Amino acid sequence: MTLKLDGVSKVVNGQVHIHPTDLTLEKGTMNVLLGPTLSGKTSLMRLMAGLDVPNAGRILWNGDDVTGVRVQNRNVAMVYQQFINYPSMSVYDNIASPLRLMGKPKAEIDAAVHKTAELMKLTPMLGRKPLELSGGQQQRCALARALVKGAGLVLLDEPLANLDYKLREELRVEIPKIFEESGAIFVYATTEPEEALLLGGNTATLWEGRVTQFGPTPDVYRRPVDAITARVFSDPPMNFLQVSKTGNKLLFGDGQSTPATGKLAELPDGRFTAGFRPNHLEIGKHTADAMKFVTRLTVTELTGSETFVHLDHHGERWVGLIHGVHDLPIGADLEVFLDPRHVYVFGEDGALVAPAAYALAA
Amino acid sequence: MAKITLDNLAHSYLPNPAGEADYALKELNHDWDDGAAYALLGSSGCGKSTLLNIISGLLHPSQGRVLFDGRDVTRAPTAERNIAQVFQFPVVYDTMTVHDNLAFPLRNRGRDEAYVAERVQEVARMIGMEADLHRKARGLTADAKQKISLGRGMVRKDVNALLFDEPLTVIDPHMKWELRTQLKSLHHEFGHTMIYVTHDQTEALTFADKVVVMYDGRVVQIGTPEELFERPEHTFVGYFIGSPGMNVIPAKVEGRHAYINGSSVELSGGYGALAGKVEIGVRPEFARLSDSEGLPVKVRRVEDVGRHKIVRAECFGSEINIIAGEGDRIGADMTRVVFDPAHVNVYANDWRVAPNGAGNGSAGEAA
Repeated sequence: MTLKLDGVSKVVNGQVHIHPTDLTLEKGTMNVLLGPTLSGKTSLMRLMAGLDVPNAGRILWNGDDVTGVRVQNRNVAMVYQQFINYPSMSVYDNIASPLRLMGKPKAEIDAAVHKTAELMKLTPMLGRKPLELSGGQQQRCALARALVKGAGLVLLDEPLANLDYKLREELRVEIPKIFEESGAIFVYATTEPEEALLLGGNTATLWEGRVTQFGPTPDVYRRPVDAITARVFSDPPMNFLQVSKTGNKLLFGDGQSTPATGKLAELPDGRFTAGFRPNHLEIGKHTADAMKFVTRLTVTELTGSETFVHLDHHGERWVGLIHGVHDLPIGADLEVFLDPRHVYVFGEDGALVAPAAYALAA
Repeated sequence: MAKITLDNLAHSYLPNPAGEADYALKELNHDWDDGAAYALLGSSGCGKSTLLNIISGLLHPSQGRVLFDGRDVTRAPTAERNIAQVFQFPVVYDTMTVHDNLAFPLRNRGRDEAYVAERVQEVARMIGMEADLHRKARGLTADAKQKISLGRGMVRKDVNALLFDEPLTVIDPHMKWELRTQLKSLHHEFGHTMIYVTHDQTEALTFADKVVVMYDGRVVQIGTPEELFERPEHTFVGYFIGSPGMNVIPAKVEGRHAYINGSSVELSGGYGALAGKVEIGVRPEFARLSDSEGLPVKVRRVEDVGRHKIVRAECFGSEINIIAGEGDRIGADMTRVVFDPAHVNVYANDWRVAPNGAGNGSAGEAA
């Protein structure tokens, strides 16, 4: 089973919702669509499902052109952020409903409902009504309805967004296990980088209607192809610094400089954007060639085991995530250090010029 | 700004509550210090919104009093309490401009237009909407509308308290960062008493000086983020705070050691005889895989979540989580787990027991 988007685009009232997109999703894979609100995640899913017809391009299912084939005639299941169950039916009947619509024999329905309920840990709740369930169980019921059909393509549009934090954490662990057993193509839309990382599989990063990168999730995270992908796939956001390299120095701000060490020494002279993740900023010098920056501390936030420092570096706003609990004076200068192995270098057009050395080793 | 006192407060939605189970909010005594930032943290249905609604006057408690700076306001309507509130979903006037929405609470109080204009500018800068001041609210995204709600909550400087009920639920992760940071620096600058209700631990911990953790209608711990992390007073706090939460493993405790299936784990202090269900609690951050020492474990899966790895493992039939560094090697020979003795807590019937000589902690205090 393969789902292939071949130059698919969508324009609504003159506004481009999806730029021409090529994407191939294989059987038995989890594919995350990661991007902020309005980046095109839902539009792309609607095209995949057949709820919308593309303006250009083709959608191929196992090599067959299904562009324009209506959703009813495709082998698709979809789960939305607002979990939809039939409130007057029992959990059993909710899960059975798609199979009854398909006119399956009773015994087959019964077996499929029990199997799916077992997988979703709903067996003890089969006799209850959805409103007698917790939020997490209700969403599992909606998921079970999507899975029971054995659809080849399962589309999940921010399915956990309305759930409590802890429930979300539990379902994020369960969903990859469930999908592994089903063998379908899963597509999962989310705004949260952490969710993408926990789900694993492949990730497509989206920005303003464009897929900026598609590949195995940890690869996209560690080896983003451009600054936009790095920004989309970083929470807290990636920090940036405009630099110009001259000889063996990186110049920035108004006249500050730091030695260009490590891989950065190999760059040609010119202007670049350096990017680094908050967890790689340090408040002690841990490596001999670490670069030093003097910043102003604007806000600190403690998580109990870590400290977020919000910094002003000559007008650029940075976030640092420092291990341990640190009581630092707000408004004072703070020296921070950065191992050059953790720095991504982007060109003036945003394209990656040099990946962070640590990511190549990972 | 005011100190808010909850005196013998409890609430049941039933007309004639019989036992404790009938109370959505179980009896509670607490002072919210003037000028402090609090988070009220718990899962859906734990009673946190009930408590917030009692403080704001949307709900009258079935028992006890609410005092603002010593003055009884238990039955006073919301309007008399002089508080600002921001809800989960945006409340904006669609037909008004962004400017007029932000100005609304000030004009209502009859502030002069020069002050209104200056204050609206300041708040618009804080929420990053200076460029949109003359647009109508209609047609803005949910994000933008919620920013207006936040701005309107913050526009008055003379309120007794600012109450937030899950204000960032509809906001994108990147914007969440910005707004949370803005709230935090606003608090730093003006020192409003703030109470922030959320189910999201990151929001609670990063926002608040003190976090009030609620579970099943009861306050189970009030503490700084560090206290909640290092010494959860109840296994629920250990589970709820931290991602993944604390590992809780049934054990026998004798003196300075805990025994799990006969294997010993070192503790930071000595313990007397414990009654009831005895468990040890260790956060995934304080557990590490080893090839030579510690308890035997089977690694089930390793999740690479970017800045660290989450190792899902099994230890004598209990599922446990271990956090490993971004660059740590996890080889097939890593078949043991070591706990940092300074960070192993002991629990009897879900409440933390302090080691001998370490004082009593606050176990059971809230119960």
